[in-house]
Amino acid sequence: MSDNTPILELKNVDKSFGPIDVLHDISLKVRAGEVLCLLGDNGAGKSTLIKTLAGVHKPTRGTILMDGEPVEFSGPRDAQEKGISTVHQFGGTFPLMSIGRSFFVGVEPTRGWGPFKVYDRKTANEIAVKAVQDFGITRIDDGDRLVGGLSGGERQSLAIARAVHFGARVLILDEPTAALGVKQAAHVLRIVNEAKRRGLAVIFITHQVMHAMAVGDHFAVLIRGAIAADFRRGEKTREEITDLMAGGETMADLEAQIETYMQSHEGQPPPPAQ
Amino acid sequence: MNTRNSVLASSVPSGGESIKVTIGQFSRRPEAGSLLGLIAVFVFFALVGGKVFLSPAGYASWLNVAAEIGIVALPVGLLMIAGDMDLSIGAVIPAASLTVAIISGHYGLPEIVGISAGLGIGLLVGFFNGYLVNRTGVPSLIVTIGSMFGVMGLTLGLTVLIAGSTGVSLVPGPTIKAILGDFVGGMFQVTIFWWLLFVAAFFQLLHVSPVGNWIFALGGDKVSARNAGIPTERLTVALYMLSGFCAAFVGVSQVLVYQSAQVLAGQSFIFNSIMCVVIGGVLLTGGAGSVVGIVLGTLTFAIVNQGIYFTGIDPNLGSVIIGALLLVAVMMNDKFRLMAMSYATKKKK
Ligand SMILES: Nc1ncnc2c1ncn2[C@@H]1O[C@H](COP(=O)(O)OP(=O)(O)O)[C@@H](O)[C@H]1O
Ligand SMILES: [Mg+2]
Repeated sequence: MSDNTPILELKNVDKSFGPIDVLHDISLKVRAGEVLCLLGDNGAGKSTLIKTLAGVHKPTRGTILMDGEPVEFSGPRDAQEKGISTVHQFGGTFPLMSIGRSFFVGVEPTRGWGPFKVYDRKTANEIAVKAVQDFGITRIDDGDRLVGGLSGGERQSLAIARAVHFGARVLILDEPTAALGVKQAAHVLRIVNEAKRRGLAVIFITHQVMHAMAVGDHFAVLIRGAIAADFRRGEKTREEITDLMAGGETMADLEAQIETYMQSHEGQPPPPAQ
Repeated sequence: MNTRNSVLASSVPSGGESIKVTIGQFSRRPEAGSLLGLIAVFVFFALVGGKVFLSPAGYASWLNVAAEIGIVALPVGLLMIAGDMDLSIGAVIPAASLTVAIISGHYGLPEIVGISAGLGIGLLVGFFNGYLVNRTGVPSLIVTIGSMFGVMGLTLGLTVLIAGSTGVSLVPGPTIKAILGDFVGGMFQVTIFWWLLFVAAFFQLLHVSPVGNWIFALGGDKVSARNAGIPTERLTVALYMLSGFCAAFVGVSQVLVYQSAQVLAGQSFIFNSIMCVVIGGVLLTGGAGSVVGIVLGTLTFAIVNQGIYFTGIDPNLGSVIIGALLLVAVMMNDKFRLMAMSYATKKKK
């Protein structure tokens, strides 16, 4: 396998839910040691795209290739076993479970055999804590602590460390920085860089251009389910990317519109769109 | 919650320091509240109910009640931890009783046939519940209310059709009676010992085996659990079948104890089992709870339910006490959970 074969490739993938077409003709490539940033406004279809990659949805048309070979995922577990780990938006952690238990959900370490299998709490806690600390989150040192007691950034870090631990070759992160403060987001971005350094292919989804610019090697902008632009690091400026995401309407145009509105309405900003 | 395992599973504390840590840990667990409630209720009835309450007959009266509700409360609790309800148990209990009574009493077939059919009906209703919950996405509360009425109607209709009345009697043989329907020492139902067995099995399932983790995850966040590769649909069906089986078991043992089966015998179990579970610290919205808690809740409920007859108090006041306990329990559950979440463990060195 040449170094240049993408680990994961989408070829002309469409996805619809009954009559609702969500994705149109998506073609994308992800390579080892590279971060692909998937940008797009809310509702553009980012989550649907990565759920298709994660085995949650089946593509309506088109093919998914892994290491150049066509694959079909029978479910999330199948995708995971093939090396695709996903940290889904709004999920992946269980607030009322301990760090150790939530780290190993679905793949619990056990002792004993048959019906007398025993969940191995000690091993689970040790591995979970070590995996998170290896990513530089040293504040997590007790696997019995409840996930609900962690900060948002720590929870995301835990979820990412989990995905990497279970042999991910492709790491998919759906808006991991969306609900985080500046400092915590920086934390998560550092972890993304660390995963990339370890040779993983990372698909990083966000609608914050700054976060994408900080880690991305390769960018794809999704508008209403289609890829509107596909470019590499350094080929576009921050303003250009922001304009692309806004759907062609440049930010400068928008600002001018608001300015005109305020002038004609005694300095009142326009009401928010409904 | 999962920290509860730590106390049971961690090594024996060696010094005063670790004992303090253990007590500290315990006080943050929802069972702490349930245990306090149980002690309070016991002491109250021991003082007011006096000698009779503390006599073997007194113990037998509430242990017999606890055992029957307890066997149903265990799977109802597991379902609640997994984020689901099962009200159909109220119809499965009499359905199983009558199946045994009709097959082995009315038709005189071997008891083993009647009992197998009775338990089989529980498994079947459970499978049906789980399947519908998965397929329709309708809240399980509604699905199981529906199946409760369905099973109730079928039981009533078929019983009247076959036996010509709403009650059927059965005189069990000595072996089966000894195993499932006897009174030890003349007053303790063997059901109590069966309950202990069920408790051990459920403890193993929820807190020792890896499947327990799936149940917590399912109730914590169903979508995330599925995404993590847990077979959520099969797990849901299995839990409902377990619940159907346990309800049928109680139905079977009732007909062997009382030697007759009545169509409306299971209704009280619906709310009572839910109350035992909630008083035992299981979170109504799922994701947290424990077998020890469910057992404590069941004992508390049974003591109030029966203890009231040992006092001069109007028995209707017992319901008031149980209602109040339920409210306090739910409020305490929330408090304990917040404490457990906000707690960052100190270095254990
Ligand atoms: N299971 C589904 N059934 C029908 N429509 C869906 C489903 N999942 C997503 N959609 C629709 O697809 C569109 C894209 O959603 P999503 O992928 O979540 O966007 P994003 O993550 O970019 O904000 C939305 O309009 C949403 O309503
Ligand atoms: Mg999304």
